[in-house]
Amino acid sequence: MEFVNLTIDNKSVKVEKGTSILKAARSVGIEIPTLCYMSLGDMDIENKPGGCRICVVEVEGRRNLAPSCATNVDENMVVKTNTMRVMNARRTVLELILSDHPADCLICPKSGNCELQDMAHQLGVREIHFKGAQSTYQPDYSPSIIRDLDKCIMCRRCETMCNDVQTVGALHAINRGFESVVAPAFEMDLEKSTCTYCGQCVAVCPTGALTEVDHTNEIVRALADQSKTVVVQTAPAVRAALGEEFGQEPGTLVTGKMAAALRRLGFNYVFDTDFSADLTIMEEGTELLGRLGRHLAGDKTVKLPILTSCCPAWVNFFEKQFPDMLDIPSTARSPQQMFGAIAKTYFAEKIEIKREDMIVVSVMPCLAKKYECQRDEFKTDDNPDVDFSISTRELAQLIKRANIDFNSLPDEDFDHPLGESTGAAVIFGTTGGVIEAACRTAYEVYTKKKLEKVDFEELRGFEGIRSATIDFDGLPISIGIAHGLGNARKLLEDIRSGKSNYHAIEVMACPGGCIGGGGQPLHHGDSSILKKRQMAIYQEDKNKPIRKSHENPYITKLYEEFLGEPLSEKAHHLLHTHYFNKKKNIELE
Amino acid sequence: MAKVKSLADLQKLKADLQTKVDLREKGEGAENLVQIKVAMATCGIASGAKQVMEFFMDELEKRNIEAVVTQTGCMGYCYAEPTVEIKLPNQDPVVFGDVDIKKADEIIEKYVKTGELVNGIIPQNYNTIDE
Amino acid sequence: MHLLVCGGTGCKASASDALEDKLTKELEEKSLQDEVQVVKTGCFGFCEKGPIVKVLPDNTFYTQVKPEDAKTIIEEHVIKGRKVERLLYLDPETKMHVTDSKHMGFYKKQIRVALRNCGFINPESIEEAIARDGYAALAKVLTEMTPDQAIQEILDSGLRGRGGGGFPTGLKWKLTAKEKADQKYVVCNADEGDPGAFMDRSILEGDPHSVIEAMAINGYCTGATKGLIYIRAEYPLAITRLKIAIDQAREFGLLGNDILGLGFDFDLEMRYGAGAFVCGEETALIHSMEGERGEPTFKPPFPSVEGYLKKPTNVNNVETYANIPVIFLKGANWFNKIGTEKSKGTKVFALAGKINNVGLIEVPMGTTLREVIYEIGGGIKDGKKFKAVQTGGPSGGCLTEKHLDTPIDFDNLIAVGSMMGSGGMIVMDEDDCMVSMAKFYLEFTVEESCGKCAPCRIGNKRLHEQLELITKGIGSKADLEKLRDLCNVIKDTSLCGLGQTSPNPVLSTIDNFYDEYLAHVEDQKCPAGVCKDLMQYVISHDECVGCTACARVCPVGAIAGERKGPHTIDSAICIKCGACIEKCKFNAISIQ
Repeated sequence: MEFVNLTIDNKSVKVEKGTSILKAARSVGIEIPTLCYMSLGDMDIENKPGGCRICVVEVEGRRNLAPSCATNVDENMVVKTNTMRVMNARRTVLELILSDHPADCLICPKSGNCELQDMAHQLGVREIHFKGAQSTYQPDYSPSIIRDLDKCIMCRRCETMCNDVQTVGALHAINRGFESVVAPAFEMDLEKSTCTYCGQCVAVCPTGALTEVDHTNEIVRALADQSKTVVVQTAPAVRAALGEEFGQEPGTLVTGKMAAALRRLGFNYVFDTDFSADLTIMEEGTELLGRLGRHLAGDKTVKLPILTSCCPAWVNFFEKQFPDMLDIPSTARSPQQMFGAIAKTYFAEKIEIKREDMIVVSVMPCLAKKYECQRDEFKTDDNPDVDFSISTRELAQLIKRANIDFNSLPDEDFDHPLGESTGAAVIFGTTGGVIEAACRTAYEVYTKKKLEKVDFEELRGFEGIRSATIDFDGLPISIGIAHGLGNARKLLEDIRSGKSNYHAIEVMACPGGCIGGGGQPLHHGDSSILKKRQMAIYQEDKNKPIRKSHENPYITKLYEEFLGEPLSEKAHHLLHTHYFNKKKNIELE
Repeated sequence: MAKVKSLADLQKLKADLQTKVDLREKGEGAENLVQIKVAMATCGIASGAKQVMEFFMDELEKRNIEAVVTQTGCMGYCYAEPTVEIKLPNQDPVVFGDVDIKKADEIIEKYVKTGELVNGIIPQNYNTIDE
Repeated sequence: MHLLVCGGTGCKASASDALEDKLTKELEEKSLQDEVQVVKTGCFGFCEKGPIVKVLPDNTFYTQVKPEDAKTIIEEHVIKGRKVERLLYLDPETKMHVTDSKHMGFYKKQIRVALRNCGFINPESIEEAIARDGYAALAKVLTEMTPDQAIQEILDSGLRGRGGGGFPTGLKWKLTAKEKADQKYVVCNADEGDPGAFMDRSILEGDPHSVIEAMAINGYCTGATKGLIYIRAEYPLAITRLKIAIDQAREFGLLGNDILGLGFDFDLEMRYGAGAFVCGEETALIHSMEGERGEPTFKPPFPSVEGYLKKPTNVNNVETYANIPVIFLKGANWFNKIGTEKSKGTKVFALAGKINNVGLIEVPMGTTLREVIYEIGGGIKDGKKFKAVQTGGPSGGCLTEKHLDTPIDFDNLIAVGSMMGSGGMIVMDEDDCMVSMAKFYLEFTVEESCGKCAPCRIGNKRLHEQLELITKGIGSKADLEKLRDLCNVIKDTSLCGLGQTSPNPVLSTIDNFYDEYLAHVEDQKCPAGVCKDLMQYVISHDECVGCTACARVCPVGAIAGERKGPHTIDSAICIKCGACIEKCKFNAISIQ
């Protein structure tokens, strides 16, 4: 390894060759401010268009100021990060950016969590010396994401997420000069683009240009409506991240406090999506074993590998980009939708109310879930199985709005029957979790033997694409795992070209799985936060007395009382779905 | 056309072609040939060089004057487009500027036929690499 | 015998018409009109010494000929065959009279190197190109030189990039040559975008083979077997001619595999740009060729290391390429004798603006602006006063009278606050407002900024808005300082050359025409009378007879007054359309 010696602000620095000035400075505790730079740590993806010009520094011997994010260190380089010239330039550039930015901070959804606002504060901007035209665009309201491009500062982070990480290709810089902005091609709406609503763009946007559709007011209204029974379900990944919104260390599990908070917000029943995650394993696992059995029996028509289908952004992705492969994913609905379907039938009957009088709210780490619950196929007589889906951030906002002191809440349990779950369900929240949960159940069902070692360590990790072979008592089952749609694309293309030898593949649209979802507390690309959340998820799994989905007594009861058996006609009706070719809906106007 | 396969080929080709173009450069052996070059770059065409070139081709044929009309690139006199260079046998080439159809007619009638110069000559004002 | 009389505006202003009449009359008097013909010509470009009379066939060149000299010329030269010594051009160095125009220093002002075949050969005929030594340089390089030797020749020639930056071409080649890669590329940058510039277009339209040949040489030197020509789609004729030339070269075996049987493979492809100015910047150009958004990325990595499709790529401009074959044919030593110490060879300029001989010229480096403007360009149109010359397009600056004797080369122009750029040269006269000029260029850069970096995207917009205000007379002396500060930050922080140079027109006009800026903001006056908002139409009561014609023609009813009484214009209503001035028969209305 080659090293380079240089001086930054009179400090001697020795870093690896090829390091940027920005990183070299960080290594000695000098934090050069920047607006556009973003590093996705482990993923080896950096967004450094050199566009914001806030991170400029003086490099001795160079005519112009150098962007520290995009300039690599040289031997004996002399860098100054805080000269008058640098600070004046930085401030002037920031003022220019602010001169083309709406000053509606008071009511901006990003207020208090806005990097531009923070930067203005850090650089002490008290006056904007430049007045002039501001760029204005039509806001775009999709079912999940709102684009308010007046607030776009062209940092291009969303573009990096959408193209380099997710390979979705919905967002690009368009137009030129002062009119340039990041948007779908031809400025069409997100809804008509290839967007999957994964929300990774929202997760990295430094300003209020990209935000989620806010459903908190609808929920307050529903909670206030005495004629309605409001039921809430919370996804596994939420409990591993919600605490961060209340100042807790990343990786702190707040399951009990979350249940308590929801109860104090006035939800009539506090349930758990983990329950329906167990249900998903029953259906999806049975489907996998069915296809596998036919395959082993020599049926050439059977499609393998089977792909998981619980991630709605992933579903959107293959519906829009791989419409020729709609018969490969499992037909099982996502846990959110299974929960809604069961809540508004089985549970509604139990408490003797009509489905119209029940409102099902889901708390999700995800923005695509907002779109998913609005899909027509998940409605009965126009009444959706899940009425509203809110993100982890929105839940935190609701709790703050209701002046609930989250951190001092006692730990409480979920309600029964739809609040009981196993460790297998909890790990749905991280990459590799769904397939591990499926293996725990499928192994025992297939081999009729008890699984001694519940932890499939070989399926865990953070690699973008992982594969492992699981021994089903002599039958080697080949498993693939992808998180991040870019990685999923690679596996899909392999399947399309007949190069794939997997029996089953788990796909999560967001890097890290749901713990890194677009609706989670912002992690600003810090992958160590994701790892802590993942550890928390596995911890929760360990803590559970029951760790296999098929052993969940309430699931067994549900089949006995209501569904019959996995893949029964009723199960098909309520718990399975079909997919549509949505490529043709993508409009190029 | 056969490919130029070697350096010798290229040199031979050049020598052959040289005589052909020398006609244009020096006028030797082309007693009866009038050479007309119309500057047909974008600027020339925009000012009507195409029509002028067509006019020369049609009219010279009609008036039974043996001449070669070719196109060439920009001569640099954009203020005076269309420009036309006329080389009478054994004489230095002369460039005329602002040549429209009327002027072209005058050039054929006077300069080409009788060697009588007409108004609108552009003096050559540059050196070539060989000078 | 012919007497050529200059009919250019400059000479006309010094009575060349009368001279022509006089000559004709004298000839008629002597009954010589059938033997000797008087012909009016275009500008000789030597307006400083006009009017000019040239006698053919002996090429005698008379300068500063007055009408009364007509008689002497006819009697002495035409009849007696004796040259009129006193009218001959006096060489300023030798103090000798020069009889033959071919020996005048003036005509050495232009040397056509890059333009050597433009306007000479038929661009659609490879035969004509070959006859004029086309592909001879390629043959020479392939047979006689190693790539290193050939690069050394270019280094020795001192050739610098003609696209604007002036980077040593040989060095650029060397950097690409030393990279190791399975594939390398050479790219011809034909994305000429400066307003009013058309040097590259003319070369491609007039002599496409010189560029093709040079690219093949470039490929041989750097180890690239593929060449790409990035040309803007707005150049249809250049595209057509290039395509024809490429096909012909392939047909002749001068492109393709095993060129000249020497084992060298090289072929060309064309790529079309949509006319974005920033795509002339080499990294943006490469992104555009890759199908990405045409916006620049920070260098390093330079294209020589990571260029087209991440492979080592050498990008040169059209005019740079056009010089290459000549350097090999004539030798580096021939080439580096032309020009100044640090800028060798010639430069093509597109001369435009308020100048008589608008056109394409090629002069040796070191020629002064004065020579270009007054001797080649034929001086300022309509006898107006020279005010400024803008070189380097939107990236350059406005130079004034005091810079006219600056020898043009890369470094000198930068030293006086402008730059060479790709060769646009726009001349302005006393009627041009420098604030409006700066505003015009900013309008261009605002339009052409790619929008990637904040200082260029927003800063230039703010500059333009500020200039807009100044042309309306809004602002203060302090605002001018703020403007200057903003210019400097934009230059200092922008990502690519576009933003780093876009404030130059503003800075150079503030520096050189500060008073004019001040007049706008402090006196609400535009000295050149260009800024509409600062104009006032006034009726002189001394001249006005009260005919009411102006009041009747005014489209907005801004003029009031009694019949037969003096009229007045209400400035608050007046839209400065000028209709009243046209109508007034008594010259009573003026602009102030």
